[in-house]
Amino acid sequence: MHVPDGFLDAPTSVATGVVAAGVVGLALTKARNELDDRTAPMAGLVAAFVFAAQMINFPVGAGTSGHLLGGALAAVLVGPWTGVLCISVVLLVQGLFMADGGITALGTNITLMGVVGVATGWLVFAGVRAVLPKKLGSIAPAAAVGALLSVPVAATVFTLLFAIGGQAPVETGKVFTAMVGWHLLIGVGEAVVTFLVVGSVVAARPDLVHGARGLLAGRELEIRKVAA
Amino acid sequence: MRNRRFFAAFLLVALLVAGVASYYASSHPDGLEYVAGKTGFLDSAEDSPTADSPLADYQTSGVDNERLSGGLAGVVGVLLVLGIAGGLAWGVRRRTPAEETVADDKDEATV
Repeated sequence: MHVPDGFLDAPTSVATGVVAAGVVGLALTKARNELDDRTAPMAGLVAAFVFAAQMINFPVGAGTSGHLLGGALAAVLVGPWTGVLCISVVLLVQGLFMADGGITALGTNITLMGVVGVATGWLVFAGVRAVLPKKLGSIAPAAAVGALLSVPVAATVFTLLFAIGGQAPVETGKVFTAMVGWHLLIGVGEAVVTFLVVGSVVAARPDLVHGARGLLAGRELEIRKVAA
Repeated sequence: MRNRRFFAAFLLVALLVAGVASYYASSHPDGLEYVAGKTGFLDSAEDSPTADSPLADYQTSGVDNERLSGGLAGVVGVLLVLGIAGGLAWGVRRRTPAEETVADDKDEATV
């Protein structure tokens, strides 16, 4: 969903740039609570993995493809504020070095994938986790639902931005229907990848998964109770 | 699994995905590009100012072998992102030890 330069006019790009800078600034202070000596390396690895996974476009039919956005995945593994930082770094490197996503559009891309993608992914994950059984097996399915919805929501926000500052005279309704339709399909891929990756990390090192915090303490207590 | 082994395995997966598997990615336009083409705003896209970068479009300039050119760009990108994001996270982390116990010595199932 990397927006190139030129799709949106200057005022819209400046506005999304301000939003992106503000949220990234906030994330730099808030991420402190999510990161310690053990989880800081995870943040680097999660960002590196998202970069790698974004190179894998999977076909979604009719000559279209999609790739992981990674917002839900990063938020669940390293925490939402750290997730914002991870996705922002990925987009920065892609824009500066790979010419993937524009430069004046960097704020737009961080807003769509780093802010909207991460926030939707995390909030939906937290909501689903709250209604599922309090066990480690609930983490990956909850993350997958967050991932599934994060993609069409980000596509919807792009459509809103396009309605405000799109540089081509195209009917917003047409853009909305096409964007949400295709990105629901891409969201299914996002959900599958997120489920597999989060599930693997939960299986190997649940103590490193931000979204599973609290469950481990509970699990240990339970073991002690049974043993006693 | 110990921290170092787990982190090494995670990095290896990222490097293999970016360096090897990426060659087999679909070359169809992504959702946004496809919609832009279909609904008629693709022409408003401008070339990125970094379009002449040595790694532009995930290809390494000067490397003719397509598989190598893309794989190299992917590996360099992964390491750049790892360095920047990891350094940033290390810089803002809490300096006090975490409250949860470290599972360093546990050797659980592998990824």
